[in-house]
Amino acid sequence: MDLQIWTWVLVGITFSLYIGIAIWSRAGSTKEFYVAGGGVSPLANGLATAADWMSAASFISMAGIISFNGYDGSVYLMGWTGGYVLLALLLAPYLRKFGKFTVPDFIGDRYYSNVARSVAVFCALIVSFTYVAGQMRGVGLVFSRFLEVNINTGVIIGMVIVLFYAVLGGMKGITYTQVAQYCVLIFAFMVPAIFISIQMTGNPIPQIGFGGQDANGVYLLDKLDGLHRDLGFAEYTSGSKSKLDVFFITAALMVGTAGLPHVIVRFFTVKKVSDARKSAGWALLFIMILYTTAPAIAVFSRTNMIETVNNKEYKNMPSWFSTWEETGLLSFNDINNDGKIQYLADPSKNELIVDKDIMVLANPEIAGLPNWVIALVAAGGLAAALSTAAGLLLVISASVSHDLIKKMIKPDISEKGELVAARLSAVVAVCVAGYFGINPPDFVAATVALAFGLAAASFFPAIILGIFTKKMNKEGAISGMVVGVLAMLFYMLKFKFNWFGGGTKEDWWLGISPEGFGTVAMIINFIVSIIISKFTPDPPLEVQEIVTNIRIPSGVGEATHS
Amino acid sequence: MKKSDQKKYWKTNLKYVAILLSIWFVVSYGFGIVFVDELNSIRIGGFKLGFWFAQQGSIYVFTILIFVYVRLMNKLDAKYNLES
Repeated sequence: MDLQIWTWVLVGITFSLYIGIAIWSRAGSTKEFYVAGGGVSPLANGLATAADWMSAASFISMAGIISFNGYDGSVYLMGWTGGYVLLALLLAPYLRKFGKFTVPDFIGDRYYSNVARSVAVFCALIVSFTYVAGQMRGVGLVFSRFLEVNINTGVIIGMVIVLFYAVLGGMKGITYTQVAQYCVLIFAFMVPAIFISIQMTGNPIPQIGFGGQDANGVYLLDKLDGLHRDLGFAEYTSGSKSKLDVFFITAALMVGTAGLPHVIVRFFTVKKVSDARKSAGWALLFIMILYTTAPAIAVFSRTNMIETVNNKEYKNMPSWFSTWEETGLLSFNDINNDGKIQYLADPSKNELIVDKDIMVLANPEIAGLPNWVIALVAAGGLAAALSTAAGLLLVISASVSHDLIKKMIKPDISEKGELVAARLSAVVAVCVAGYFGINPPDFVAATVALAFGLAAASFFPAIILGIFTKKMNKEGAISGMVVGVLAMLFYMLKFKFNWFGGGTKEDWWLGISPEGFGTVAMIINFIVSIIISKFTPDPPLEVQEIVTNIRIPSGVGEATHS
Repeated sequence: MKKSDQKKYWKTNLKYVAILLSIWFVVSYGFGIVFVDELNSIRIGGFKLGFWFAQQGSIYVFTILIFVYVRLMNKLDAKYNLES
């Protein structure tokens, strides 16, 4: 069967599965809409969190980024997993005990202030919107390459599906579709990885295979280091970023992960505190499977690609080469007119430009795997993008209907009214996300780093100080969040968008990149919060009582509304 | 629950967190970043050890740390009768 038919069949089956689940798990109350009724089992929540977390970036782009950056790509591997340790040990159990619906709920109540709540809502909205635009583009990319429909049509199909189950099912629908999506995406990620690992090293476990030897008894990583040296690239296993920057980027990604609202809310959906801890463990276990396979895929695909194309005749290239050329993600320019492809680090001699996004998508084709495996990758990429998009849309709709309308603008709104508001804001959010998917603003790539930086600079310190100190007051927390976010925005705008006089790499403070600056902004937030709180009145006794209470796991109430 | 028990429970929890986060810090920032070059001189099969910690080992350790914390806390909750 040809690739297109396979892809339509697999995408059709998985999409009908998601819609079926959505119809089965409609939300009937705000509690079901925001936190899936609060009775999700730790295992199911772990699966859902893993799918929620692993986005188009994890599935499609990450292995490609590592493939091009070698050791430097480790920042994403450690950064996007290490945050779960922080979540499990420092945040999830206490936020679950606190038992509300959203992150701004916690900030607003713990800091007894609607100003704090508004700052939190503002941050949650920026973080989630920047993130969701990238997902919609991922959906469009997969559709346009594998189903040869227009990118915009792809985005619209994706929007309709997400709209259907997010609006109908709320968190309840999203949770169970995410469980299904995890299964689809991990299967789709692992099957080609296992195939290729056997092909290249004879070992079916990719995690071990990429430390293995090829048919000639040469270690794969040594071979790749050698290829890199020959072509003028930095050695694959050594990397070229400064240690300080690697340190700061890793920290910003870890702390940002722990502060992302769409991840945190998943822990509101379980029954009790011990379940929150346990589901963080399950989540990381399921994430680990993909994240330890990605660096193996990176090595396989990098070696395969260099060996297939470098110094080979252009006219003898396999058919995938021209199909990817058509998408514009692969381009060849015969600078020295010898009819062969020279792939080199030196930009004045390099003749091949490869977009990092095609490494995972094209990998099965480059390795010559059967069509059904290639189609599976398409279905997996869609599952990854849709599951994350849905989680983000829920945060956006809850921020509007719960934090803004119910908590601040119209506190006497009825349960039914709030549910309608939640659904309507989900519809609006999907449309905005779709708009950004069709007309991607140039800043999307830059702003994903901003999303992590902002989460690190705003939520993380405010939540940690709210749990681990009783004396942190609203003055401290609000000024910390505001100064932290402004510092982050300033640095990002200066070095990514050339505002405030702009600047180049040489002007970075201490050599810290905008991606790593989230760590600095977080430290600034902590310092400002602590200093200001020393000079302003202690929080009221009943707030200190809340803190005492969330530290004890028993007597957990259901996630409540008031 | 008595006030003194609450304090003891919280202290033990903080101790667990401190120990586990130290390990978390050492395997990622220590082995994977700061001492990566030193560890890279040690090889296990085709892997340089520092590189392995940065791209594989740290992630395995993170996962184990969470499950260890789950166990420790479940025991601690049982000791103070705090299971809900």
